[in-house]
Amino acid sequence: MAQFFETLQQRFGAQIQSISAEREEEIYIFVSESDIRTLIEYLRNEFTARLAAVFAEDRRCADGVFFNYYVLEVKGDPRYLLVRTPVRADHAEFLSLSAELPAVNWQEREIQDWFGLKATGHPNPRRVALHDNWPDVHPLRKDFPLETVLPPFEGERHIYRPALGEGVFQVPVGPVHAGIIEPGHFNFAVAGEPILYLQLRMFYTHKGTEKLFEKLPIPKAVFLAESISGDSSFSHGTAFCQAIERAAQIEVPLRALIMRTILLELERICNHVADIGAIATDVGFVVANAHATRLKEMLVSLNERLTGNRLLRGMVCIGGVRRGWDAVQLGSLRATIAGFASEFRDLVALIDSSESTRDRLEQTGVLRPEKAKDLGIVGVAGRASGMNPDARRDHPYAAYGRYSFRVPVYQVGDVSHRMQVRVDEVNESLGILRSATEESLHGECSAQVPPIPADRCALSTVEGWRGEIIHWIRTGPDNHLERCKIKDPSLNNWPALVEAVQGNIIADFPVINKSFNLSYSGTDR
Amino acid sequence: MFKILQKTIATGIVTTKYPSEPAQISDRFRGRPSFDFEKWTDARPAEEVCPTGAILVCDDGDSRRVTVDYGLCVFCGLCAEASADRAVRITQEFELASAHRRNLILTAEYLLSTDGTHRELRGVHQRLVDLEADADQVGQQARERIQKLLKRSLAIREVDAGSCNGCELEIVALNNPVYDLERFGVHFVASPRHADMLLVTGPVTRNMELALLKTYQAMPEPKVVVAVGACGISGGIFGKNYASLGGVDNVVPVDVYIPGCPPRPQALLHGILLAVGRLGEKMYMDSSA
Repeated sequence: MAQFFETLQQRFGAQIQSISAEREEEIYIFVSESDIRTLIEYLRNEFTARLAAVFAEDRRCADGVFFNYYVLEVKGDPRYLLVRTPVRADHAEFLSLSAELPAVNWQEREIQDWFGLKATGHPNPRRVALHDNWPDVHPLRKDFPLETVLPPFEGERHIYRPALGEGVFQVPVGPVHAGIIEPGHFNFAVAGEPILYLQLRMFYTHKGTEKLFEKLPIPKAVFLAESISGDSSFSHGTAFCQAIERAAQIEVPLRALIMRTILLELERICNHVADIGAIATDVGFVVANAHATRLKEMLVSLNERLTGNRLLRGMVCIGGVRRGWDAVQLGSLRATIAGFASEFRDLVALIDSSESTRDRLEQTGVLRPEKAKDLGIVGVAGRASGMNPDARRDHPYAAYGRYSFRVPVYQVGDVSHRMQVRVDEVNESLGILRSATEESLHGECSAQVPPIPADRCALSTVEGWRGEIIHWIRTGPDNHLERCKIKDPSLNNWPALVEAVQGNIIADFPVINKSFNLSYSGTDR
Repeated sequence: MFKILQKTIATGIVTTKYPSEPAQISDRFRGRPSFDFEKWTDARPAEEVCPTGAILVCDDGDSRRVTVDYGLCVFCGLCAEASADRAVRITQEFELASAHRRNLILTAEYLLSTDGTHRELRGVHQRLVDLEADADQVGQQARERIQKLLKRSLAIREVDAGSCNGCELEIVALNNPVYDLERFGVHFVASPRHADMLLVTGPVTRNMELALLKTYQAMPEPKVVVAVGACGISGGIFGKNYASLGGVDNVVPVDVYIPGCPPRPQALLHGILLAVGRLGEKMYMDSSA
C-alpha cells in the first residue's frame, strides 16, 4: 500500500491537497473539484477500485462549502479511500460521473434533491429522492428545519417516458401492491407478454431518516438505525454502533464482537430462508414455502429467546451488546442451529427435486456480469452475477476475522443462481455459527462509553444479508450527530431489476423481483 | 410428489393453539412495561432514556404529571433498566390492542420533594387494565361473528404507508403454518374493493398519504381500519416531520390500534379479532338503520 500512495503522489502530487488517516482503515484524500474525475478514473483503471458510495454534507457553517465524498475500495486492501471535494455554496454544482459510472446515477441525483447541488453533465438529472410534485426544498441543508410543514402537493406529477409502437402498451403497478409488500411504483412497457422496458419510482416511504439522525441524541439514534429497514434491524443497528465506536475510539469487548457476529449471521439465515420460500411460492411451489416459513419461525423464536425481540431489536448498543447469554440461551442457540441445518437440507432437496420449479427459475431474469459491474451491484444479487465484494472478508469487522468461510460467486445471474447464492450462504453461515458458538463467551458485554467527542468522522460497513450497508457519520457537540449518511444495498441494486426483467414475461416479474428482494424503506429512508 | 407428501406427514401439525390456549412465548420476550406508580420514586431517568418519548414528565411547581404512552413504546426495556427503584418491570404481556387511542395512555400525578423525586402519589389514570377482555374470549366472539355476519370470511387489505417493513414481516408471518390466519376465515386480498378491513402500517409518509386515502375510499362500507405498530399508531420514532405525517389516524379514521415494534403475530391476531368485533357492531348498526 505504501507503493500505492507513492504512485498516487507521483501522478497526482500537485492536485492532492492532503491525505490523512482518521483511522488505519479509513484514508481521506482531499482534492479540488476539477480533479475528481481524473482521480477516480485513475483509481478505477490502475487499481480496479470500486466506487461504493457518493454522498454530500452541508458544511457551510463550519467551512463555508458543501463537501462531496466518494467512497472507494481498492481490491485486496482492507482500507477505504474517501475522496473529498468541496462544492462552493455560491456555485452549487459538481461534475457528474454517472455517464461513465452508472452506479452513481441515483446517488448523485439524491445529492441534487436533498442538498440542492446540481450534478452537471448528468445524463438523466430528473428528481429521484423527492417526487416531482414536491416544492423546491432541500431537506438535508442545515437551514431546513426537520419539522418544516410543507404546503400541499401542487406542481407536476411524475411523467413516465412513453413507450410507443404497434401493440405496445404500458402497465402501471403500485404504489399499493397486491401482496403484503412495501410501496413503490412500477411502470411496465410491454408488447404482448414480454417486458420491453421498466420504469421505477421509489421513495414513497421517504420519512426524513437521515435528517432525523441529526436531531436525536446518539444513544437513541441506535433505535432509529434499527428502523431503517426492519428485515436488517441488527445489521443497520450494528453498522451505526460501529461508526460511533470508531469515532469515539471505543474498544468493543471480544464477547460482544462474537455475539454480534452470531446475531448478524442469524439475521442472514432468517431472511435467506424466507426468500428461498418466497421464490418457490412465486412459481407456484407453495409447499416449499410452507416449510421455509416454518423454518424461519424456528429462527425468529430463537431470536426472541436470545434478544427479547423477534427482529433482534434492542440488543446492539454503543460499546457492545446490552446483555449476555446464559447457559440455557446458549444451549437453545446450539440446538436450534443443529435442528435447522438438517431441516434446511431437506428444504433444498425438496426444491431441487421439483423440475418444474427449476425450469421456471433457470434463465429467468438474467443480470449479466458486465451490467452488474456497471451498476455496482452488491450483495446476493451481485454475487450471482460475478461481483465478489463481501465486507465480512474484505473489511473484517465484529469477529469475522476469526472464522473461515467461502463467498459464493456465480456468473450466470439468473433467478436460480440468486437462489443458489442464498443456499450457499446459509450453509456458510451455519459453519460460522458452529465455530462462533464453540467459543467461550466470557467477560464484559459492552465497553464503557465516554462522552462522544465532537467533529469526528467515521465510516462503518456491514455485510447485511442483502449486501453492503454503509454508514458514515460526523459527530457534533452534546452527544449529537452533525450528519449521518445511510446507504442500504437496495439503493444501487434497484436499477439491476430494470435490466434483469427486460425480455422476460410480465408474469415472471414477481419472482424476479423476489429474487432481488430489495428494501423500499432502506432505499427511501 | 411422494417426497412432498412424505415431508408433510413427517412434519405433522405445527399450528399454534392460540388464542384458545395461551401463547407459548419465551420468558425473555419484552412485552408491556408495567409501572408500579406507588413504588416509583423518580420517573426522570426513564424519561431520559426512552427513545421515542413514550414516557413524558411534566413538572409544575411541586407537582408532576407522568404520562406513559403504549402507542409510542418500542418495547426496548430501557425504562426498566434506568429505574433504580425497580418500579418499572418488563412483562410478557402482548395483548395490548385497543379500540381507543386514549386507552393506551396512562398518567400519574405526584407531589415532589425538593430534589425532584416523588414524595406522594396523588392519583393514577389508567384504562389499560380494563381493556377489551382476554384473547380467548375475543377469539371466540370473533369466530362467531365471522361465521354469522361475514359468511365465514373476513377479507383484509394491507397497506404499508411508510413502515420500515418490520411490521410487514410479522403480518406475513400470520400466513405461515404456525399462525395460519386462514383458520379463522381471515385472508388477505389484493384489492381494497374486496376488503372489509384495512390494516395499515407506517408512519404515513407525505408520499403515501394519497395512496392510503384512495385505498380507504375504494373499500365498500362497512369497513374497519387497524393501525399497526408504534409508527402506525403515533408515528413512533419518526414522529411528524417534513416527510412524515405521523400516525394513521391523521389521515383516515382508525378503529383499532395494535401496539408493538413490531407487534408479534399473536398480538396482530388479537388486534384483528378485536377489530372484527368493531366490524360486527358497524354491520349491526347498518342493518338496524
